[in-house]
Amino acid sequence: MSEKSKGSTQTLTPADASARQPSPKELAWEKNTLQPTLEKSPERPCDFTTISGHPIRRLYTKADLPDWDAERDLGFPAEPPYTRGIHSTMYRGRLWTMRQFAGFGTAEDTNARFRYLLAQGQTGLSTAFDLPTLMGYDSDHALSEGEVGKCGVAISSLADMEVLFDKIPLANVTTSMTINSPAAVIWAMYLAVAEKQSADWKKISGTLQNDILKEYIAQKEYIYPPEPSMRLVIDTFEFGAKNTPKFNTISISGYHIREAGSTAIQELAFTLRDGLEYVEWGMRRGLDVDQFVPQLSFFFNAHNDFFEEIAKYRAARRIWHKAMVERYKSKNPRAWALRFHSQTAGCSLTAQQPYNNVVRTALQALAAVLGGTQSLHTNSLDEAWALPTEFAATIALRTQQIIAHETGVTNTVDPLGGSYFVETLTNEIERGAWDYIDRIDAMGGMVAAIERAYPQREIAEASYRYQMSVDKKEKIIVGVNDFVSAEKPLDILQIDESVARRQADRLRKLRAERSQAEVGRRLNALRTAAEGKENLMPFLFDAVKSYATLGEICDALRDVFGTYEEVAIT
Amino acid sequence: MPEKKIRVLIAKPGLDGHDRGAKVIARALRDAGMEVIYTGLRQTPEMIASAAVQEDVDVIGLSILSGAHNTICPQLMNLLREKGMTDVTVLVGGIIPEADIPALKQAGIAGIFLPGTSTQDIVNFIHQRIAH
Repeated sequence: MSEKSKGSTQTLTPADASARQPSPKELAWEKNTLQPTLEKSPERPCDFTTISGHPIRRLYTKADLPDWDAERDLGFPAEPPYTRGIHSTMYRGRLWTMRQFAGFGTAEDTNARFRYLLAQGQTGLSTAFDLPTLMGYDSDHALSEGEVGKCGVAISSLADMEVLFDKIPLANVTTSMTINSPAAVIWAMYLAVAEKQSADWKKISGTLQNDILKEYIAQKEYIYPPEPSMRLVIDTFEFGAKNTPKFNTISISGYHIREAGSTAIQELAFTLRDGLEYVEWGMRRGLDVDQFVPQLSFFFNAHNDFFEEIAKYRAARRIWHKAMVERYKSKNPRAWALRFHSQTAGCSLTAQQPYNNVVRTALQALAAVLGGTQSLHTNSLDEAWALPTEFAATIALRTQQIIAHETGVTNTVDPLGGSYFVETLTNEIERGAWDYIDRIDAMGGMVAAIERAYPQREIAEASYRYQMSVDKKEKIIVGVNDFVSAEKPLDILQIDESVARRQADRLRKLRAERSQAEVGRRLNALRTAAEGKENLMPFLFDAVKSYATLGEICDALRDVFGTYEEVAIT
Repeated sequence: MPEKKIRVLIAKPGLDGHDRGAKVIARALRDAGMEVIYTGLRQTPEMIASAAVQEDVDVIGLSILSGAHNTICPQLMNLLREKGMTDVTVLVGGIIPEADIPALKQAGIAGIFLPGTSTQDIVNFIHQRIAH
């Protein structure tokens, strides 16, 4: 481990144990009850840390919260500092949105899965796009070979988008779209479908992921350099604030940061610092914080370490409130309340004994619910092998329904509030995250930190440390490095190459039927606008409506913006 | 005379950017005393084959999670054959359905490592393979 990373783990240490002042009764318990027990039967030889390596004490008492003030630090639901959640009745009023991420094959295939999930009681849609779409290439591009429809649905033009939402009324369903670099283009297609369905833009609701910063940090699906990419994001904020007030124009995502191997504190810190970066770029454009920030939403991972995750969500709300009020002098409570989606941890799923993944996912989902999530995706048991089958996806949805309707955890708001342990951990995680935020501020902000590969290096360091602890069996993964047993293979979803052929045929037909002259004119107008400073959304909207393809539109912007290559670190 | 270090090219083919696995393996092999070159993201089979020739590597490790392995692996193996690199050991790690494994082995992939593999197992595999 390098000196640098040693330095950063020090911020994970809880408040200096020597500063802790136990009560006389606690000291007496230690002497009379605890010590004799430890002498007779010592504790298990493990280091009692969270999955992120955060040390956990044997017992938490009042002594761990010396300056803690329930009214100030916990407050009440729907009131600052939002530790207990953003709604006064939480799940007694309305359950979280059960939003299963789905997408594979062609638009027809995914449309059928969407309609199946809605029929099973799912309450929102969430679209997974394939890699060519995520990277701004058409299905028939040379680099798309082997990837069409594999990791999500293939969308190359408005024609595909029309099929994707066929017979799904966009006025009545909320749709999340996991797309980043080409987010503005895909959003323009979605708005065009809404327009064709005569759905009122002022009323439609959903979420665009549109979080380019975490792409540079973690998931690496970027096209353009940071500067023009951020411009596209702010263009969607500006357009959304005027035209689609109910649409979340961004989902600032820690999910992928965590999947890339970060700790819980890093996930929280980098995500919230990304959030602050977007706010600052929006303000620089001249947007009003109190108008556009309410349309910013968040997305966190729900990982294995139960209490660490719950504390993370609680700390997230507290940090966001503080930043909005103190840093940006926001006057609108809707800008103070951090709303988030959560997804169980894909990287925690094991290929071995895959049915165990149902249990992992249930516990992770429970943590997200106890942490006050607004919407939730539960992973399917077969996802360490492939995209989920309908059978596996149904169990994942049923897992949420069991938590919502059978466990009783929805009966009260923030059931863990006031727990010595959870409150202490919330404080520690909040402190650790602020420490990172301060460090990134000192570097000149997140774009500057990314260019120095700072978050990338911190994550790589944490992910290697974790892998080593698994290899050494310091951390146990059931079925992987302990409790191993033989098993028979699962039936998994196979996506064949016929998807690519069907997509290529459709694109050929589209290019033959549309007006080439009109497409050329609109792409030129987009190129000219991109060279200037105008908001690009109206130009993108015009381009998609002429059935210019995603690849053609992204290429027009590549001509102007150039592309980005990261400096690879290992 | 000091033993010649095993040279490994870790490559991330296809459009996918999930590089956690590639980076962890690169570092683990380096810590095990090997010379590791990491290509970075989005390498075509042509780029990988050229890099392998240029760097004169003993081992190529591909990280593929996107489902594109059935397209990428045979393409790479053909290119390596064309370039006369028949003695290079090619490994694949990532999300690979069991049903696809026989065809990949047939195409010449020496080892396929699924999620949950310890880095030590991969180090051992390479040492055994190169010693033979």
